[in-house]
Amino acid sequence: MTMRSRFYDVAAELLDEDPRVAVVLAEIGAGELRPHPRLFNVGIREQLMIGVAAGLALEGLRPFVHSYAPFLVERPFEQVKLDLVHQGVGAVLVSTGASYDGARSGRTHQAPADVALLRALPGWTIRVPGHPDEVARYVRRAATSDDHVYVRMSEEANSRPIDGDGLVVVRRGGESAPLVLAVGPTLDQVLAGTEDLDVSVAYVSTVRPFDAAGLRTALNGTDVVLVEPYLAGTSAAEIAAALIDRPHRLHVLGVTNEELRRYGTGPEHRALHGLDAAGIRGSIDSFLAKPSH
Amino acid sequence: MTTSTTLGYDDLPGLLTLLTGDEKHDRSSFSTLDVLWVLYDRVLRVDPREPDDPDRDRFLLSKGHGPAAYYAVLAAKGFIPVGALAGFGSAGSSLGYHPDRLLVPGIEISSGSLGHGLPIAVGVALALDSGGVDEPRVVCLVGDAELEEGSNFEAVQLAGRLGLGRLTVVVVDNDSSTHGWPGGVERRFELEGWSAVRVDGRDHDALEQALLGNGNGRPHVVVAEVAAS
Repeated sequence: MTMRSRFYDVAAELLDEDPRVAVVLAEIGAGELRPHPRLFNVGIREQLMIGVAAGLALEGLRPFVHSYAPFLVERPFEQVKLDLVHQGVGAVLVSTGASYDGARSGRTHQAPADVALLRALPGWTIRVPGHPDEVARYVRRAATSDDHVYVRMSEEANSRPIDGDGLVVVRRGGESAPLVLAVGPTLDQVLAGTEDLDVSVAYVSTVRPFDAAGLRTALNGTDVVLVEPYLAGTSAAEIAAALIDRPHRLHVLGVTNEELRRYGTGPEHRALHGLDAAGIRGSIDSFLAKPSH
Repeated sequence: MTTSTTLGYDDLPGLLTLLTGDEKHDRSSFSTLDVLWVLYDRVLRVDPREPDDPDRDRFLLSKGHGPAAYYAVLAAKGFIPVGALAGFGSAGSSLGYHPDRLLVPGIEISSGSLGHGLPIAVGVALALDSGGVDEPRVVCLVGDAELEEGSNFEAVQLAGRLGLGRLTVVVVDNDSSTHGWPGGVERRFELEGWSAVRVDGRDHDALEQALLGNGNGRPHVVVAEVAAS
């Protein structure tokens, strides 16, 4: 089961279970959900999609808004900023497509900067699940609050879910081993790429708020490698803040800030951005080979 | 109509003089004055003693720039103290150049950036419809130039298709749209299934009649024409 299909199942369940829950769509996903009095498909009108969600929230409903990431975050960004955040009403934005799931469609369907954009707005909880079970957990939990939540789904997924909201150490290295921090669906590639390296591997799927205490506890050495499935370095400031009183080196891996102008598959783009196991390994080797002063 | 009247229409000029500052958007402020007065004096079922009453009519001022007339009417009707007007735009005031719903009881939405209120109003109407609530009307005020923002027409289209009969839009038309609306802006609404009426935006009786009307199951637009200044 994909993250996306899991979301549709949970959304349908929530509509039936919770009279506060509403779902707002702009065509994408409409064929996956059966009609419901609180399911609103506004047509291909993404600015309206966010405005309608705000209106629903003003009346006490808990709107879940779903679309492809560029049309959910980038196109109606001012509506997200003003209709939701500035109005002081919450919503749950659930995107699909991620950074390069739509590689065959080109740049129009790629949103590697979505998390960077939303982190620029105050008050967002940002979930980057790495497995369909994590999607279900985060979506269900979001129904119980009134805040701003972003759930970023992707076709790319790990082989098993990780329990826990904060930073979870998945593999422990030596006493002062570098820490590789895998975000969401990058974990399997990180584990494969570092299989024979003396590093600790940690996992995080909630990047806002960032688990600073968890990072400080997990890091015994000085070197941190951050592996993100979106724009490289998106959480670099949070890591710098968490380690402000500790000498450290940070190396960031993620989607490069350039237009590749290439089609193909998601896994092919993953490799082009150096986020497959081999790319991650090569980058970590180069980083660790650099002298530390 | 349950509005608690404290001051009258003739008091508005005096209240407006209390709003001092260099960014009053005078043209915008004064174009809306009569429409806002008629809404709060004769049309909307709102009460400053219960600004969150779930049965109240919802009024969304989308054209949030130039809110001096809005504040003056709210003060006249008891939503905000008259004494607060003098602080307009100052750091300690809740009355900014663009209204903030979290700072002023009775203001339904924060606005100022154009093209946001009508889409939110559609969401409010959908929420009330889905809750099976009959009474509250949803009234949204926009400007003729504001309608240049494309986001409005996403809302106009959907409201027409869905037949959101509780939704009324007031377009204050002071001919400030640079490229204009040949044939009248109401034509754009009618094409999408709205009922439409154009009235003199300074004629209180005509405004009242138009605003109390409805589209018989269709969303309703009232174009309030005021002289360009």
